[in-house]
Amino acid sequence: MTGQDHPHNSYDCQQYLSEISEYIDGELDPSLCKELEEHMAGCTNCKVVVNTIKRTIELYQEDEGEQQLPPEARRRLFSRLSLDDFLK
Amino acid sequence: MSEQTQPNDELSLSLLRAQDREAFARLVESTSKPIYSLLLRMLNDEEDAEDVLQETYIKAFAALPQFEGRSSLKTWLFRIATNEALMLIRKGKPQVQLTEIDRADDELESPHELADWCCIPEPELMNAETRRKLNEAIQHLSIGLRTVFLLRDVQGLSGEETASIVGISVDNVKTRLLRARLKLREELSVYFGERLDHDGPRSSA
Repeated sequence: MTGQDHPHNSYDCQQYLSEISEYIDGELDPSLCKELEEHMAGCTNCKVVVNTIKRTIELYQEDEGEQQLPPEARRRLFSRLSLDDFLK
Repeated sequence: MSEQTQPNDELSLSLLRAQDREAFARLVESTSKPIYSLLLRMLNDEEDAEDVLQETYIKAFAALPQFEGRSSLKTWLFRIATNEALMLIRKGKPQVQLTEIDRADDELESPHELADWCCIPEPELMNAETRRKLNEAIQHLSIGLRTVFLLRDVQGLSGEETASIVGISVDNVKTRLLRARLKLREELSVYFGERLDHDGPRSSA
């Protein structure tokens, strides 16, 4: 299904899994960061996991940018707050 | 995102504390969209999200004279909205919070789906079906993981701000964020992996 038929469960990969999130946020200790990057240079699976997590976050942020407060909901909100006179 | 009070906050803060209606209308105008979006994702129901949105501002208006400015106004509003939404969820499902704590101790599940879908061109990646899938995946998260992901990654609040809003430690925010990201990644990877299998990466031409 993915072109790769082995599960992503080697001991090393599992150890690094808990650090991936902090790595993505740039909050990982520099020495651990270097270690993880060295591991990823030789581990396609971990590289894919990191890249697809980053892409996942970007997609949600992109989707958020498209979200709107429906005009009717906005009108009802201003009305409930007795702010009708400020509705443009 | 910064916890500090923004310049615009400072300008209008004294007016808001005095419950100036025009300043309050400006605050509602500038903050209601992200707050509604947060509530819609937390509650997955347009009517509930709208009700809680209204309650949030009613409570905020009443509490403004006591607002100390230790966080930004936006973060403060997020706190009120999150608490209101969680109260509504607990009212419907009193067992939710307990389940949450139990799951926090589970071992991290290894990623299984390893399709590299980053190569799918943007116009094909983001469409109405993908948006539906994004919402579906986030609704599959427990409310504890969902709330942290929404505040941190979608609304861009800091770990400290998220921790103070949800009432957990910064370390706990990090743990929940990692779990949420891994679960969402897994579900989206299954979805995009199937699309890669069926269509193969195509050019947008």
